[in-house]
Amino acid sequence: MEAALQTNIQNCYHCGDSCKDEPILAHDKAFCCDGCKAVYELLEENNLCTYYNLEENPGLTGKKPVSEARFAYLDDPGVEAQLINFRSDKICKLTFYIPQMHCSSCIWLLENLFKLNPGIAETTVNFLRKEVAITYFHERTSLREVVQLLARIGYEPAITLADTDGKKTSKQSRTIIYKLGLAGFAFGNVMLLAFPDYLSFTEELQHSYGSFFGYLSILLSIPVFFYSARGFFTSAWQGIRQRMVNIDLPISTGLLALFFVSIFDIVTGRGPGYLDSFTGLVFFMLIGKYFQQKTYDTLAFDRDYTSYFPVSITVIKENREEASTAVRNLKVGDRIRIRNQELIPADAILLQGRAMIDYSFVSGESEPVEKVMGEVIYAGGRQEGESIELEVVKEVSQGYLTQLWNDTVFSKDESQSLHTYSNIAGKWFIIVTLLVAAGALWYWVPRDMDMAMKAFTSVLIIACPCALSLATPFVHGHTMRVFGRNKFYIKNAAVVETLAKIDTVVFDKTGTLTEPSEAEVTYTGKTLSSAQQQAILSVLRHSTHPLSQRISHALTGDTAQVQHFQEYAGKGLAGEVNGMLVRIGSAAYLGVPADKQQDTLKTTVYVSVDGTLLGYYTFFNVYREGLRQVLQGLGDKKIAVLSGDNNHEEARLQELLGQEAELNFNQSPLQKLEYIQRLKQGGQHQVLMVGDGLNDAGALKQSDAGIALSNSVTNFSPSCDAILDAGAFDKLSTFLNFSKKSMNLILLTFAVSLIYNVVGLTIAVQGLFTPIVSAILMPISTLSVMAFATLSVRYAAKKAGL
Amino acid sequence: MHIIFILIAISVVVAAGFLAAFLWAVRSGQYDDDYTPAVRMLFENEYKPAGKSEKLEQKTS
Repeated sequence: MEAALQTNIQNCYHCGDSCKDEPILAHDKAFCCDGCKAVYELLEENNLCTYYNLEENPGLTGKKPVSEARFAYLDDPGVEAQLINFRSDKICKLTFYIPQMHCSSCIWLLENLFKLNPGIAETTVNFLRKEVAITYFHERTSLREVVQLLARIGYEPAITLADTDGKKTSKQSRTIIYKLGLAGFAFGNVMLLAFPDYLSFTEELQHSYGSFFGYLSILLSIPVFFYSARGFFTSAWQGIRQRMVNIDLPISTGLLALFFVSIFDIVTGRGPGYLDSFTGLVFFMLIGKYFQQKTYDTLAFDRDYTSYFPVSITVIKENREEASTAVRNLKVGDRIRIRNQELIPADAILLQGRAMIDYSFVSGESEPVEKVMGEVIYAGGRQEGESIELEVVKEVSQGYLTQLWNDTVFSKDESQSLHTYSNIAGKWFIIVTLLVAAGALWYWVPRDMDMAMKAFTSVLIIACPCALSLATPFVHGHTMRVFGRNKFYIKNAAVVETLAKIDTVVFDKTGTLTEPSEAEVTYTGKTLSSAQQQAILSVLRHSTHPLSQRISHALTGDTAQVQHFQEYAGKGLAGEVNGMLVRIGSAAYLGVPADKQQDTLKTTVYVSVDGTLLGYYTFFNVYREGLRQVLQGLGDKKIAVLSGDNNHEEARLQELLGQEAELNFNQSPLQKLEYIQRLKQGGQHQVLMVGDGLNDAGALKQSDAGIALSNSVTNFSPSCDAILDAGAFDKLSTFLNFSKKSMNLILLTFAVSLIYNVVGLTIAVQGLFTPIVSAILMPISTLSVMAFATLSVRYAAKKAGL
Repeated sequence: MHIIFILIAISVVVAAGFLAAFLWAVRSGQYDDDYTPAVRMLFENEYKPAGKSEKLEQKTS
């Protein structure tokens, strides 16, 4: 029976959605809507049906048709100039971000765009960045036509205010790859030239060609010294200037000693020098740096409101003409029109139309809020339903939400913490090294001047904490990968160290602790007969109001015919079922006297049948699955909640989070920021903020580590240090504990590399340090540290269940 | 044994050639995207009239 039912439900050939209503049959295929059918026909006409052969149902639903008038602003030469990267007499080049891209069919279709619009010369997709680079002939087509074509086939590019602000996302720096390539080249060749030194029977060879090999090695090492290793020297120098010792200082001392002792040895003919070790160390340490730098290019961690806001908006002029204007130029007093699914860019008063505002970007609350004429609508909301007319009361950057970005927190540069493990280790390292070097000098000077110099320089060379400096990037890098596998994406490796120190966790409520798409519905009042319940459900089914839909989801049963159905905007519903007059709506609509109203803070919906008030429905938040588990895992960390909502859930939250938890309600975005500031004052607390909406953006930025919770990772999320997929919320405490564990692993790796240093130093102070010893000891120590870091993190991750 | 000078010179020149090739590859953006080209090379070139093969496939399915 079930199998038969399933074959009856047809899936759309284009987008794969099940066709709930009658499927549209055309060309022997079923489509769920006209939009999908239209895209198919367009592709078929142009012989682009390979699209459907590469992947099954690759399309994007065409249910939400876009009005093409929306793209009128792209005809504006100013907007065009800001979006285009390159323009010549014939062609224009630009790059779009297309979040909908998801499969190889997408790549294929987007790279065959020229078949749909002959004005397009070439399109190249970068799938990981979800970008498409387009070249088109501006005589044959226009920017607007290109965007319209993309929108028509379902790949509407995300063009936001940030794109036109000139804040172009900088291309990933390739410097590290150049440095790595150069160091690798030099390392390989110098080692080849140094090889005869490792074997004693080639002494004759060394005798006749030694100086030639030596000078060639110097030649090969010079670019490594000046280009590849430059980063270590500049970082150490900056540290000295700020009177701080960082890990790069002992590294630089070691590298300098290695390089100049080698040159001295070769030029004076004393020996072959240690240039193979020098280039090798730079190469290995650059690998460590590269490993640490590799982050999630595709995720944007530093978005502000401009990444969410549209570029242009429809303005109604005095003569009722509509024109699109750049959002930046909106002035107080302008009248604007917002259509279905459009974002409101500035605080404005509602003048006309029925506003249902979805604030999910801002607060995480998914239920649209109804607004009546004359009410102020804050920027950041998305209109659902008919088009509305508004009058701007504040400029874009001065709005309730957007003024948050005027706070100084957002203009400050993020300074790298100097109190990282490796920097503290570096400080002790250089002290011990200098002591040992001085000791060797003190011991050898009265006995053998030559030996004294040798021992002194060898100590500086061997004590180069290169293996030590590799421990941190490798442990952090692998921890980052473990987190990424579990859908927790951190901005850079340093965040691991911040997370390990956290002692206070602050949560946003709506959308973070609660499941945004669900709410528990309870009924209070006189018991309903089954006939009454059926009548109520039947009336509710006729309404598209979100509250009606939530209640009807919670109720079960059949529906009956409804007569005289009416919906009063902002008030409620009325309808007749089997002769019963059912009215459902707000307290005011049903005439419930104010003193009899229960729990005014909660959202309530009252019900009356035939004029008698029966009772009311109330909505409770549903907390995320695994919340208890997370709270248990957090152990003795201080917990607080910042909610923009009212306090009707206070009792439930307090019970859930424990008595010590601090609960704050009715918090504005700025208050949230200030709360975190207060917590951090005096440096007593290391604060982790977990939030999801734009209203948490300030708090996320202000906290030591901000985690943005997101239902779809590539989607919008406010600026933060890490993005956590909502599905992995239950692992939050595991992540925190694991970052602590990874700090212990770093210490352990330090211990391993210290053993090598002790062995090396013992050889060095005795003056026995030779090129062959260095050629064996240095690669072994670096490679074993890399291997140890990698394996230990893997093992710990397995044990922690990540 | 003077041949060693020539051999070493040749080996360094060859290695430098590879280094130059690597730098060129980085500069031309070949290391920027390591996923899409791998997918792109699997797409068929469609020189034959695409409509024909399309209809054949529809019949078989």
